[in-house]
Amino acid sequence: MSNGMIDPRGPRVGASITAVLLAAVVLLGASTAGLWLLTFILLSFLLGTLRGAEGTWQGFLFKKLVRPRLGPPAEMEDRRPPRFAQGIGLFVTAVGVVLGAFGVLVAVPIAAAVAFVAAALNAVIGLCLGCELYLLMRRTGLVRA
Amino acid sequence: MLGQVIALVVLVLGTAALGVWWSARQGAVRAPRETPAGIDWAASGIALEDRVTFVQFSAEVCAACRSTARVLGGLTGAGSGVGHREVLVDDHLDLVRSLGVLRTPTVLVVDGGGREVARMSGVVSDTQARQALTRISAAVAGPDREGQA
Repeated sequence: MSNGMIDPRGPRVGASITAVLLAAVVLLGASTAGLWLLTFILLSFLLGTLRGAEGTWQGFLFKKLVRPRLGPPAEMEDRRPPRFAQGIGLFVTAVGVVLGAFGVLVAVPIAAAVAFVAAALNAVIGLCLGCELYLLMRRTGLVRA
Repeated sequence: MLGQVIALVVLVLGTAALGVWWSARQGAVRAPRETPAGIDWAASGIALEDRVTFVQFSAEVCAACRSTARVLGGLTGAGSGVGHREVLVDDHLDLVRSLGVLRTPTVLVVDGGGREVARMSGVVSDTQARQALTRISAAVAGPDREGQA
């Protein structure tokens, strides 16, 4: 399971759904409603970090609703970078949720905005944060092969 | 609410600008870094062609590396004098550090003498790879023609 290949369009569709939700958090501003929605997104990222991007509810929607309408992908993608990107999303949203829970509600839309940039770029132009950071982290010894 | 709407609009515009900037950089042929003395390509298992070699730094987890390898591989061939060597960053972290490679794929365009003459990072298109080759020809023909490349 750890080295499998996935359809690269799955994580991108998932990222577009997540980006819309994060935009909604920004619109809700520094509010309890925003905190709840960000907590929901955090749980989605937690699922993705544990099970990979294809194991999230967004991945499930892609498999059930989108994939059957598409042709086969030009090529498959390693599942590790998208999963790593889920971990980055988990970290960013966790900062917002924890600060928000301690009464710093302004951190909620700010964390959502940061995560939005990554999710939207992933969805629209395929920028993969995990791929971009992989070598930097190898160089600094943060991750091993 | 108006404040939040403005914040979202600024956020979307900023993200779009970032996306345009990032996309424009993908595979763009850039000036070389000065090749550090004592780089021994052969010792690292990288055999250079006589004229030019695309030395591509790749990672196993990098999807853009595969399409880039296909493009560059398509430009090599018997008698072309163009080579393509793929280096896995995980096996050559020393080389990655000394050459200042920060992301995958990074492609160094190396002449027959082992000197870097251009570099590209991000997914490389066929047009960009050919552009890098003309730059090499210009550099060989003389620096006065470099401006036209």
